[in-house]
Amino acid sequence: MSKVVPYKRHAASGDATSLYPPYRATVLRAPRQPLILLPHTLSEVTGPVYGHNDISDADRDLTRQHAGEPLGERIIVAGRVLDDGGRPVPHSLVEVWQANAAGRYFHQKDDHHAPLDPNFTGAGRVLTDENGRYEFVTVKPGAYPWRNHDNAWRPAHIHFSLFGPAFATRLVTQMYFPGDPLFPHDPIFQSIPDERARQRLISQFDLELTKPEWALGYRFDIVLRGREATPFEK
Amino acid sequence: MRNNVDLIPTPSQTVGPFFHLGCTETHSVSCLAGPDAKGERLRLACRIFDGEGLPIPDAMIEIWQADSEGRYNHPADPRAKDCDPHCSGYGRLATDRDGSCTFETIRPGRVPAGDGALQAPHLNISVFARGVLKRLATRMYFAGDPANNACPSFALVPEARRETLMAHPDPDTAGNWQFEIHLSGANETVFFDV
Repeated sequence: MSKVVPYKRHAASGDATSLYPPYRATVLRAPRQPLILLPHTLSEVTGPVYGHNDISDADRDLTRQHAGEPLGERIIVAGRVLDDGGRPVPHSLVEVWQANAAGRYFHQKDDHHAPLDPNFTGAGRVLTDENGRYEFVTVKPGAYPWRNHDNAWRPAHIHFSLFGPAFATRLVTQMYFPGDPLFPHDPIFQSIPDERARQRLISQFDLELTKPEWALGYRFDIVLRGREATPFEK
Repeated sequence: MRNNVDLIPTPSQTVGPFFHLGCTETHSVSCLAGPDAKGERLRLACRIFDGEGLPIPDAMIEIWQADSEGRYNHPADPRAKDCDPHCSGYGRLATDRDGSCTFETIRPGRVPAGDGALQAPHLNISVFARGVLKRLATRMYFAGDPANNACPSFALVPEARRETLMAHPDPDTAGNWQFEIHLSGANETVFFDV
């Protein structure tokens, strides 16, 4: 039996603690007992190889999933999925979902008084290539109100779901846009105590990614946990 | 090659209330092991509750498990080439109005712990929901399994809280099992730092 090489634990990873009362929904949904540290076994260093067989071109272009084009500012979102050692995470599923340009989700539970767009669902998926690269075309989502506190608005964001290579690397997060004035007022963004970790969630405008006469480009690299160095590497 | 780069990982954010759009509306997975998979078949009903004991109707539950011989269908498992091809080991579902979702699977075998010991049969479970800022990871064990008491991972859990990790068989229907997850409150489920 070969020895299991564990994934790194980042003491100051910048993740929020579960309970963050300014985000009201955490109060009844956050565990109060401390987490129990689980040394990694095969259960944690393996994970599903999922989503590889059913991805179409329309899945990576959210502006081409309907008869017409959605309204809004067309954008390209691209980047790399890396581990914490800077190594690419290849052939791994990236799922995204978002509101339309008016800040409305194509979802029965979204009752915001903003128009739905018949040409925009707001869901996509893509596999990273052998260098960990991914790219989507979409429209820039709008900010939208929520009822967390008085006059509460979420900054514009795109939800990301990533599997990485193992159960230990599973990550669901959100991508934001640079310079959003709502950052200081958003408890979900502010729940992350570490400033450098918060900056990881903000995409960068990229003129090289921007296509003339077509769409602005935003770069968003995602860093997943990597494995400890193997005894051989040390 | 020693790699000296040490990047800060991207932090987690809540899945929010609208994850169905990207994750489960068209890409839910209720069956982790097809009809030809080896092993004891199970119909596993998971139900999730908040700190006041109310069901959570907008959670997503993911399961990752081994095949009936305790092998994972993944390159990090040296026995992966012998893995049951009919057992993907992966499932994910959104909860319904009652906070429930039901998976079809098989009872996994015992997975090595690394030091020669064997773990008890278990499912690795992730919980995502609005109000959950970071994926909550837990494990489900099978009540009454004699392997539980010899499992080195299970032994990390204080005895008084072990019951929170137990699925129980439905006394009325053979093959049906039930597992409750309590995010908070008196019966708070044990969650792990993985």
